Amino acid sequence: MTRITVTVDGTSYSDEVEPRMLLVHYLREAVGKTGTVIGCDTSNCGACTVHLDGRSVKSCNVLAVQADGHEVTTIEGIAVNGELHPMQKAFHECHALQCGYCTPGMILQAIDVLNENPHPSEEEIRVGLEGNLCRCTGYHNIVKAVQQVAGQDSPVEQPEGATAGVQS
Amino acid sequence: MTAVDDRPEAQSAEIGKARRRKEDQRLITGRTKWTDNIHLTGMLHLAMVRSPLAHATITNIATDGARSASGVMAVFVGADIADIQGLNITAWPVTADQKSPDHLPMVLEHVAHAGEIVAVVVARTAAEARDAAELVDVDYDELPAVLDLKEAATDAVLAHPSLGTNKSAFWQLDSKEGGTGEDVDEAIAKAREDGIVIEREYRQQRLIPAFMEPRSTVVDPTGEQVTMWSSTQVPHILRFCIAATTGLPESKIRVIAPDVGGGFGGKLQTTPEEFVTLAVARKLGRPCKYTETRSETMVSGHHGRDQWQKLTLSAEKDGTVTGLKVELLADLGAYAAIVGGGVPVLGAWMYNSIYKFPAYRFNTTNLYTNKTWVDAYRGAGRPEATFAIERIMDELAAEVGVDPLTIREQNWITHEEFPFTSVAGMTYDSGNYEAATAKAKELFGYDELRAEQQERRDSNDPVQLGIGVSTFTEMCGLAPSRVLGSLNYGAGGWESASIRMLATGTVEVITGTSPHGQGHETAWSQIVADRLGVPFENVEVLHGDTQIAPKGMDTYGSRSLVVGGEALVLAADKVIEKARPIAAHLLEANIDDLEFASGSFSVKGTDKGIKLTDIALATFAGHNLPDGVEPTLDADATFDPVNFSFPHGTHLCAMEVDTETGATKMRKYVCVDDIGVIINPLIVEGQVHGGLVQGIAQALWEGAEYDEQGTLVSGSFVDYTLPTAADTISFITDHTTSPATSNSLGTKGVGEAGTIASTPAVVNAIVDALRPLGINDITMPCTPERVWTAIQSAGSNQSEPTPTEVQPHFEEGSGNQDDPGTATQGAGQ
Repeated sequence: MTRITVTVDGTSYSDEVEPRMLLVHYLREAVGKTGTVIGCDTSNCGACTVHLDGRSVKSCNVLAVQADGHEVTTIEGIAVNGELHPMQKAFHECHALQCGYCTPGMILQAIDVLNENPHPSEEEIRVGLEGNLCRCTGYHNIVKAVQQVAGQDSPVEQPEGATAGVQS
Repeated sequence: MTAVDDRPEAQSAEIGKARRRKEDQRLITGRTKWTDNIHLTGMLHLAMVRSPLAHATITNIATDGARSASGVMAVFVGADIADIQGLNITAWPVTADQKSPDHLPMVLEHVAHAGEIVAVVVARTAAEARDAAELVDVDYDELPAVLDLKEAATDAVLAHPSLGTNKSAFWQLDSKEGGTGEDVDEAIAKAREDGIVIEREYRQQRLIPAFMEPRSTVVDPTGEQVTMWSSTQVPHILRFCIAATTGLPESKIRVIAPDVGGGFGGKLQTTPEEFVTLAVARKLGRPCKYTETRSETMVSGHHGRDQWQKLTLSAEKDGTVTGLKVELLADLGAYAAIVGGGVPVLGAWMYNSIYKFPAYRFNTTNLYTNKTWVDAYRGAGRPEATFAIERIMDELAAEVGVDPLTIREQNWITHEEFPFTSVAGMTYDSGNYEAATAKAKELFGYDELRAEQQERRDSNDPVQLGIGVSTFTEMCGLAPSRVLGSLNYGAGGWESASIRMLATGTVEVITGTSPHGQGHETAWSQIVADRLGVPFENVEVLHGDTQIAPKGMDTYGSRSLVVGGEALVLAADKVIEKARPIAAHLLEANIDDLEFASGSFSVKGTDKGIKLTDIALATFAGHNLPDGVEPTLDADATFDPVNFSFPHGTHLCAMEVDTETGATKMRKYVCVDDIGVIINPLIVEGQVHGGLVQGIAQALWEGAEYDEQGTLVSGSFVDYTLPTAADTISFITDHTTSPATSNSLGTKGVGEAGTIASTPAVVNAIVDALRPLGINDITMPCTPERVWTAIQSAGSNQSEPTPTEVQPHFEEGSGNQDDPGTATQGAGQ
């Protein structure tokens, strides 16, 4: 066992962990941050994405001991004083989630995409989110949400009346 | 004549409103209750030992090493839990003589597919359980495995030697026999002499539902009732199946589906893992949890599709279809799953689709193989049917030499002809294929894209453009119980709802549907708020717990709104009727003089009135009620539909195909769906987007592949290629509305529409791009390699030397689709 000290969502935790323990397991099982979830075992899905010192990482791809002395931010730590992060608001506003399982990782990755490039093209957003899988939304509204936060237009403007149930 | 929506506009503030979802708050902040998040005091963790072999007999299992490993509390093999483990049953034996091998949650001796559970290790932590599972030593006698579907049909190798055959059942629907049409053999014989006969065979590859949340089950056996939390679409069906097969009385079982991370049919199963976890928890008397790894999901969770489809279409020389004959081979995998053999059967009513075919026959032969079991996956039978008919209608158009939309229009049911009884015996209540198609063409810029296609053909552009059409319909709203009974299905198709009027003015709605991403909490709130005239925010929707929502048939088959939504309406109307005599009493008015609108009863011609919520408070107090009136407004309702609903739509897809590399790129996708009245357009759009990508993924990327030994080689997300944001484009979606007549809300269902329609639209587009080269089919998924091989074997391009400098076919850095603004001008007027 190895002792590590990690700051998670602003609080410092000190724990004995097995050297093989993954950061995602540490977050879920030791710290109780179950907002961060596991979707695969091959680092493909990105559901476990968190920020490590402000950059996105797949927490299944980081050992807990590697986070020793570092700062981790999860989906549970991005709202400030009860005020949702703009990306959380945009996901809600744009209906960028359905079952919500990919959402924590997707939001943290989306924040990272805009941190890197505040004014990405649609293509750059899509490539930036490539490591995060979503099975519900077809990505359409996720891209829209990221564009909204970046202050851009939607990828596809729906024609007027398109969703109002046009008479046949 | 089809019904049109002639109800007054703005009839209500809630129906049709793009409410943001109530569910989101917890999902975007990580305050979720996924089953794997549940932790109970004293809880033990399970790890499954699974067979690596597809077909084998177990000769010995050595568990000593595992038993003595750190943290291990117990190891069980099949014989240890055989008395209480129950059975994974099929609910739909499609024929009286269907062969259904017993599907034991943990095998005793005979392994029928790789991934079956042969032992379980129970330890204090999940990591310890998994470590120790490696130490269980299983000896197998390997048996020959049957993996190929056509080979299975020969019975040369048997998936279950004890059955004596691989054939589960043969099921037929024949229009002549059923009295709904003419003799299809005669129609084909006539067309062979003096018409057009098109024969094709299509392959529906095997797919994996790939919901994002791996399945997880927690069982607490310590209370008076055994409680099971499970990541399931079907808590009510699961409870029934546990009671029916394990000996636990139904009244002693509580099943809870907490937050569930997607399903797409993949979680409508009752799983071996659920039953093993239950058995182990009961044996040990301790709470137990099992959460699968993704690799386990891939081999153990049921797969979808996997059919060979043989079609014979007969037509007059002008393209008027005279008959359709369909012969399926359907792979059930190793066992008949809960819907199982019913999945191909569900397609039987849909091959004739939106068309007026005079003669029709559907045959399916359902077969067992030594592969993962197969069951419903988004659409279940209907995507297969839609793919086949929409592909072959394109072939007919090519044969006649007309536009694919022209051949469809020539054969489809016109809007004046509704209600229309199809050649398969279904009565379509409403629809307007002309309107949806006209709108889709306009949004797509159909004529302009056809012109560009011609230019590219004329200039021999290495990147060809193809336009794919899919005009689909589906049967939703599963299902009228009588119909299910006549088809030998093991349950009804009703749905249940309850409304509780709380004393302080808020409303609890209990639904038997079991959402896992669909947004029922929001849409159901809108329906009830609308009906009862209470604020949307004051409605709380409860679901997914058999102690809270005791009756239900759960969520699948685009049924929840169409059937469950109507149950809400019935319950709400009962609340109003229960409140009416109390209102009359409190207002000292004649009951016949009362009107209910916007949440209040008022006395006609006066300004006297009382709010429903005030009546709820008065009823709670019970101080001043009319004689003989029960002191409650709460009401239950169960709705059993009399007919299915028939959403339809026109989907148009433009694909660019690089003839030199086989690479394909989606340029534009437009769909106009008629799903009846829309409760929440935001949720509807989301359902359509996600559905589209799942259908597109079948066309282009996904496929479950086995090697010769029966090992799933696409057994993780590395090899099973789910689409990413970078692979997909933004879509243009729109609607036309012909309200359904089978429910008072006029809804038709939307959950599966996108998936059903999009697969043939994409493949039709690719084939359309390459048809001048003599190509008339490409097997799914249409990978660049397959497209390239088709082009090479078609012989085109081979005589011309490859230019030394191959131009960049897809311009670097360009957007991945047309600017949608260019084609949408003038739309939606």
